[in-house]
Amino acid sequence: MTTVSTERLATIFVEVADTLVDDFDLLDFLHMLTERAADLVSAAAVGLLLADQRGRLEFMAGSNEAVKLVELFQLQTHEGPCLEAFRTGRPVINVNLGKATPRWPRFAPAAAAAGFQSVHAFPLRLRSQVIGAMNVFGDTEGGDFDGSDVPVVQALADVAAIGLLQERSIRRGEVLTEQLQGALNSRVVIEQAKGAVAQAAGVDVDEAYAIIRSYSRRHNRKLSEVARALVAESDILPHVLYS
Amino acid sequence: MTEDGVRAATAASDPISERIEDLQFVLGEGPCMDAFASRRPVLVPDLDELGCGAGSRWPFYAPAARRDGLRAVFAFPLQVGAARLGVMDVFRERAGPLSGEELADALDFAEVTVAALLDQQEDTGRGGVPAVDDGDDIGLRSELFQAQGMVMVQLEVSLVEAMARIRAYAYAEDRHLADVARDIVARRLSFDRDIT
Repeated sequence: MTTVSTERLATIFVEVADTLVDDFDLLDFLHMLTERAADLVSAAAVGLLLADQRGRLEFMAGSNEAVKLVELFQLQTHEGPCLEAFRTGRPVINVNLGKATPRWPRFAPAAAAAGFQSVHAFPLRLRSQVIGAMNVFGDTEGGDFDGSDVPVVQALADVAAIGLLQERSIRRGEVLTEQLQGALNSRVVIEQAKGAVAQAAGVDVDEAYAIIRSYSRRHNRKLSEVARALVAESDILPHVLYS
Repeated sequence: MTEDGVRAATAASDPISERIEDLQFVLGEGPCMDAFASRRPVLVPDLDELGCGAGSRWPFYAPAARRDGLRAVFAFPLQVGAARLGVMDVFRERAGPLSGEELADALDFAEVTVAALLDQQEDTGRGGVPAVDDGDDIGLRSELFQAQGMVMVQLEVSLVEAMARIRAYAYAEDRHLADVARDIVARRLSFDRDIT
């Protein structure tokens, strides 16, 4: 990876600021951040994981949501760079996956088999609390972070954490818990909707996700709302499939 | 509380809790209503901090709950994604937030309650405390949720019913929920085709 461009970084932060003032969809926002982060550091894939109140990391958004990649994110509930970044509150950078099997016996071989060469993870921090981690995968050899890239990517991770606090009364710890649980549940709704669309359209879950996203974008509706409607109101399904 | 608006308190640990639960339905406001509508926990460590009067969050509920000696209320939705089964309310007579451990316990308890409600619905005749979700193993949790959406469409039933059916099938076949989900997503198992 090369040193990030200041110009591109500025563009991303403007986009972020623009999103945060509006009534926005958290999952859409996190998804956008993973796409921008991947683009910014020329990473092969970027994903975000949030911890629930019991400290279990859950996959929230990825620059690409192919089943194989999602499995790599989910694997880190048990071991891997995200779990380390989450537990220590410090970034894990420039780990060569080919040599990481002793460190992560299940994660490292699975990530290498998926075609990745390097992996990094940045804690999602909110004041003194760590609430999750951002995962960055590289697929070129020696494609490592420059020392000056680290704070930049960490800043993007911090922005993702800020996005969680949509409400103004952010001083209350309770609000963070309420938001987190709401966000985790929204992610579950997306998975349920993927299943419903996959079944109804006869496609796999990756294609189903693309259909849902494309529908919500074309109709300017929140991803989470469309997903919820898909599994709670039977009459929207034909519209999403055949519009 | 159910998706079609049927509301009732189903269980309470003591008479005061029961009265306060009933009160929410009578007044049409309170933490339980808010948790159901927002699909998030509603955590109020001190009812007195909400203020009172018309502009406050629960102008009728909060003073009534205070008169019954309650200071803190915590409401947890009983839900899995878009499937909603109800809300669990926890009350306290003193002010103060739930500790991290208490919060984790409450979330665990809500999860177990969801599982019990689902199993009761399908009347599997299974005794004891039901297994919550063995999808904690790698990569399987999202498949479990995807399978729920697929079975919902296969059987043209609600999401709640689809979840209950998958669980009932797993028990009947003595298989792990995660394995059943994987077969459903991989289309090796279809509830409209393979199960009568």
